[in-house]
Amino acid sequence: MPLLQVEELRVSFRTADGIVQAVRGVSYDVEAGQTLGIVGESGSGKSVSTQTIMGLTRGAQVSGRAVFEGKDLLTASTGDMQRIRGAKIAMIFQDPLTSLHPYYKVGWQIMEMIQQHESVSKDDARKRAVELLRLVGIPHPDRRVDDYPHQFSGGMRQRAMIAMAMALNPALLIADEPTTALDVTVQAQVLRVIQRMQEMFGTAVILITHDLGVIADVADEVLVMYGGEVMERADRRTLFFNSHHPYTEGLLQSLPAYGGARERLRPIPGQPPSLLSPPPGCPFAPRCPYVMDRCRTEDPPLAAAGEEPGHISACWLPHRGSERAELRRKLLEAEPAGTAPSAGGA
Amino acid sequence: MTRFLIRRIGQAILVLFAASIAVFLLFFVGPGPDQVARTFAGRLGTPQRILEIKHALHLDQPLYLQYLHWVGNLLQGNLGFDYYKGQSVNTVVGQALPATVSLVVGAAILWIAYGVFSGVVSAVRSRSLLDRGFTTAALFFYSMPTFVLGYTLIFIFAYELYRVTKFFPFSSYVPITTNPWQWFVHLILPWLTLAMVTAAAYTRLTRTSMLDVLGEDYIRTARSKGMPEQRVIRVHALRSALTPVVTLAGLDIGTALGGVIITEQVFGIPGLGWTIVQAIGQQDLPIIMGIAVLAATFVVIANVIVDILYAVLDPRVRLN
Repeated sequence: MPLLQVEELRVSFRTADGIVQAVRGVSYDVEAGQTLGIVGESGSGKSVSTQTIMGLTRGAQVSGRAVFEGKDLLTASTGDMQRIRGAKIAMIFQDPLTSLHPYYKVGWQIMEMIQQHESVSKDDARKRAVELLRLVGIPHPDRRVDDYPHQFSGGMRQRAMIAMAMALNPALLIADEPTTALDVTVQAQVLRVIQRMQEMFGTAVILITHDLGVIADVADEVLVMYGGEVMERADRRTLFFNSHHPYTEGLLQSLPAYGGARERLRPIPGQPPSLLSPPPGCPFAPRCPYVMDRCRTEDPPLAAAGEEPGHISACWLPHRGSERAELRRKLLEAEPAGTAPSAGGA
Repeated sequence: MTRFLIRRIGQAILVLFAASIAVFLLFFVGPGPDQVARTFAGRLGTPQRILEIKHALHLDQPLYLQYLHWVGNLLQGNLGFDYYKGQSVNTVVGQALPATVSLVVGAAILWIAYGVFSGVVSAVRSRSLLDRGFTTAALFFYSMPTFVLGYTLIFIFAYELYRVTKFFPFSSYVPITTNPWQWFVHLILPWLTLAMVTAAAYTRLTRTSMLDVLGEDYIRTARSKGMPEQRVIRVHALRSALTPVVTLAGLDIGTALGGVIITEQVFGIPGLGWTIVQAIGQQDLPIIMGIAVLAATFVVIANVIVDILYAVLDPRVRLN
């Protein structure tokens, strides 16, 4: 029994322009103690799907199931959700400066959460806040606990967010682009802190990012999302060395380190689809170099791909490696890629 | 923090200096010394009296000495002498000020409490029936002239409903030191009038500010921590949302303390606004100047207090 089981999650928002289908039938499991990476461009629905599970998307129409420790989070009562948020499932966000309240001390913000969920004295809550700040590597935590967020550096703020998230030893940590707003040198440190906390507390992690480099560092399993749908799911090794979906291939080719130093980066041409009225077929079809006729009319279902168990992909390309390579070659010859204007991928 | 305050107080002093120059130019330099002395003396002033006044105000000396003399008196808290009424301006202002303060403080409590409450409810239940109701009420009272509202309230509560609401007087004012209950009763309708026309801006401002804050990342963080929605709104959102409201309240209260002309006229409250209107009618120059200087001082002081409140509310202001 997985820790979190998401089935057929659909999320849409009513806007002035019409209904935006942000998440369109997404399913995945998270096993206790494991790390699931969710990759995708902006607007792929990766953040919306996790925020919906936490009940943080207001005014959204939601369907599907998200079963956590035997309880469906999508139908849980407000009170139940308040007891789960922070205590069982914690979150950290992209921008640690705006995610911490500028008017309250860092320690106060950690203590507030501890005291909300457990009946402990103020002194004990404070001691735990100091200890948590020490664990995430804040120097002089006994003094810094009384600092305001603006007195912390970017990396320290994210460490403080992690300390807060880990305060009640949650079973699941959702990290929504935790390193995107940070300097490259700090990114790795923050990832290390998350990993260390995960080992120490045995926490499962959902790591949302647009950066495959981050995934390569820490994820056990990877979910690739595009246009509100899951494109491919595989363990990290398979994804990097034997991916199936052309969108995953495109993401890998737009990574600087992947093709070697001499090769030019190859961005995915075109723009992500509008989710106001998504095309009927595969959402990636308009940008796909291997697009076939049926891709434009029939949305491919997620099906087993390749030899690895658990590797699934939503693409009509053959699932045996040799056949796939053959067909890809033919398709590329028939209709050379790069006819669409290259307008930056991720 | 200290440096921030010193800078703000320095600015306040500069503004007051500029205001004093403006008043001086307008009332002393513009008309010229003879005209000033004649106006100060009033219609019945004899040539002898005019000469005396000219000497007392140092009008026979160079302009900068006239100014220094006048400002020197102001700095000692002396607003001048009212030859028309034969008493010092301080006495006249001292009699009028408590009425204005009573009116403004009571009304301000009402309009801030109602404005912030209705604004928060409108933001939290945005687009609900309640939100629309508050918005409509705000627009209705905002677009209503103060005297129309004032006379309407008098008509309804003090006249039509006289049998039910016996205790509402038509107008006039009773000092709190004379009879606290009568003071309160006499001020209910003026308070309501001033508060209702002013509150609209607070409803709208609080609503907008609150909606902005509720979209902030740290509100999402508070919810993701499992904080109950009540606490998210009261502790996390409201404090940030109040910053612009504090600014507006400071300015409004500062301005109103210099005299609430229409409300005081409608209800016959002998406050600063009522006094300055009388003085203008009688061309009573010392009173006009005194109240003008006093009003400017109130606005400047209110601004300094707003700055201090900023620092109290926002540690980023306090600690930088």
